[in-house]
Amino acid sequence: MTIALQKLTKRFGALTAVDAIDLEIGDGEVLCLLGPSGCGKTTTLRMIAGLEWATSGDVLLAGKRVNDLAPRDRNVAMSFQFYALYPSLTVAENLAYPLYGEGLGAAQIRTKVEQVARVLQLGPIMERKPGELAEGEKQRVAVGRSIIREPNCFLFDEPLSRLDVQLREEMRGEIKEVLQGLRRATVIVTHDQLEALTMADRIAVMRAGVIEQVATPHDIFQKPENLFVAGFIGTPAMNLIPAELTGFAADNVASFAVEGGQSLTIEVDPAVARLAPGAKVTLGVRPRNLEVVHEDVPDGLSSVIDMIEPMGAETLAHLNDGRHDIRVVTDWRTPLVERDQVHVRFLPGSVHVFDADEKVVRA
Amino acid sequence: MARPREIGKAGWGWTLFSGLVSLVYFFPVLWIVLTAFKTRTDALAVPAKFFFTPTLQNFINVFYRSSITAGASQATEFPLYFFNSIFVSGTSVALAIVLGTLAAYAFSRYPLRGNDTYLFIILTTRMMPPIVVIIPIFLMFRLTGLSGTYWGIILLYTAFNIPFSIWLVKSFFDELNPEIEDAARMDGANERRVFFGVCLPQVLAGLAATFVFGLILTWNEFLFALLLTGVETRTVPVAMARTMGGEVGVDYGLLAAIVTLFLVPIFIVTYLLQNQLLRGVTFGTVKK
Repeated sequence: MTIALQKLTKRFGALTAVDAIDLEIGDGEVLCLLGPSGCGKTTTLRMIAGLEWATSGDVLLAGKRVNDLAPRDRNVAMSFQFYALYPSLTVAENLAYPLYGEGLGAAQIRTKVEQVARVLQLGPIMERKPGELAEGEKQRVAVGRSIIREPNCFLFDEPLSRLDVQLREEMRGEIKEVLQGLRRATVIVTHDQLEALTMADRIAVMRAGVIEQVATPHDIFQKPENLFVAGFIGTPAMNLIPAELTGFAADNVASFAVEGGQSLTIEVDPAVARLAPGAKVTLGVRPRNLEVVHEDVPDGLSSVIDMIEPMGAETLAHLNDGRHDIRVVTDWRTPLVERDQVHVRFLPGSVHVFDADEKVVRA
Repeated sequence: MARPREIGKAGWGWTLFSGLVSLVYFFPVLWIVLTAFKTRTDALAVPAKFFFTPTLQNFINVFYRSSITAGASQATEFPLYFFNSIFVSGTSVALAIVLGTLAAYAFSRYPLRGNDTYLFIILTTRMMPPIVVIIPIFLMFRLTGLSGTYWGIILLYTAFNIPFSIWLVKSFFDELNPEIEDAARMDGANERRVFFGVCLPQVLAGLAATFVFGLILTWNEFLFALLLTGVETRTVPVAMARTMGGEVGVDYGLLAAIVTLFLVPIFIVTYLLQNQLLRGVTFGTVKK
């Protein structure tokens, strides 16, 4: 079953939480709604679930408009951030709860509960109450409860945000595996890009009620459409350097004047040729696409190593020439010394050019 | 280096201290209960006696006693008064809990425009001392014929308990995680089931606490009971006051016996609900 949102809008008084968004989620597709807190992603999810009325626009499930249907009539399952387990019921009863409205016999219910318990390895905790469970176990039960009814689509609200790092990694794999087995349209809301990048077939990046970009995890990372997506995705964050286009050395080699007088000649996307010299742009380059060198190079900037953060296999260096803070991630073996005067070289083809409207310039 | 004190292990000093404080609070109760088992001479002895030969005569007198005018011993009306107290308090507090819980849920989950104003207005009815409104209420009861009836006093006590119930129960509903209700909606529950099946079970402890607090207030109420109950509907506090004085002065033993019996139902209810009560009063102090 597919999910489609058409010009979906939600206003709370004067505040527009979700602003006329369009989105389609295909059958069996996992889509992550990714964005900072308060960007409207959870509100969007709740409108799909039917827990929130749309101010305008439509929610379509399998092509049918469901705006006026109550949550229970939409056959959608949702898993909540705080798990929302019924505190007075045991794990087994929690799992069985969604089945009571389905008109199944006691034996059928028991079979289904046992089946889900086996998939999620809940056997030893079936008779416990939610209050006696660890966070990871609660999350498993919540997932189990949402898949037990075999609904048409799944909604997850920040499924892993309450777990510690190790459990999060474990559960990420587990949820992904479960979702792959089910092949239903799924929407996952998260503010954690790693979660989105690893679990999603496609990611929709939201900001202030608007979808900034929808693309595969690979494309979201490699081909950000605008400055917001470029800055939001990737850790450490992409370096964004304001500059001015000064001319072209060849078709796809452009020169820029960076604030502070330094110049830079680098390979760029052919579409940059559309811009006239003098255009204000922002250059975006990922910390892993920079290289620290000791000789002056035309395709680089000079700067001073301000701080060094070892990250294990890699080292994060903060460079600062008094104007720009540039982050560089290097192999841990690269010898770096704080206060050293160095140059950072831009690896060929790694620069994203954003125009004055914050849109990427790309063919 | 100071070691953090283990929870649950108070020193002897503190144990003794809390024991002393408890004794101070419990002493009046102890005094009354002891007096109930004393003869008239022992009851009036100065200094007070703590060791004496106990007698059950006072308790017998509560239900069956002679008086100068009537001569021979005969049954008193106290069984009726005890029934009245239990019936009137129980019914009105139960009614107030039912109505208060429904209202509290509405105030908590379906806020109106000006929700807080309504809640404040409800609270103001409890701000003035009840004696301020006793005259108009007395006249209204006279006019409507509610004076001296069960329904009159139950109506009044219910109204008296509702604001308190609404505020208390609303705070319990406010503490609940609304996600659980949403989950129930997703799982096929309609609004009635969300309320009865999901929300209500979670606030049972709070309801028990509210019930006991309301019951104690109503059980002890004297002023309205004095003016608005009749011979048939008189509650124990009023009847108790009427046994004072009389032909032979205050019979402290008898009075103490009535009070002791009067304590028993509240004691039983509180004892039965103590686990719920503890959870009710500590509700919200433990982080989700």
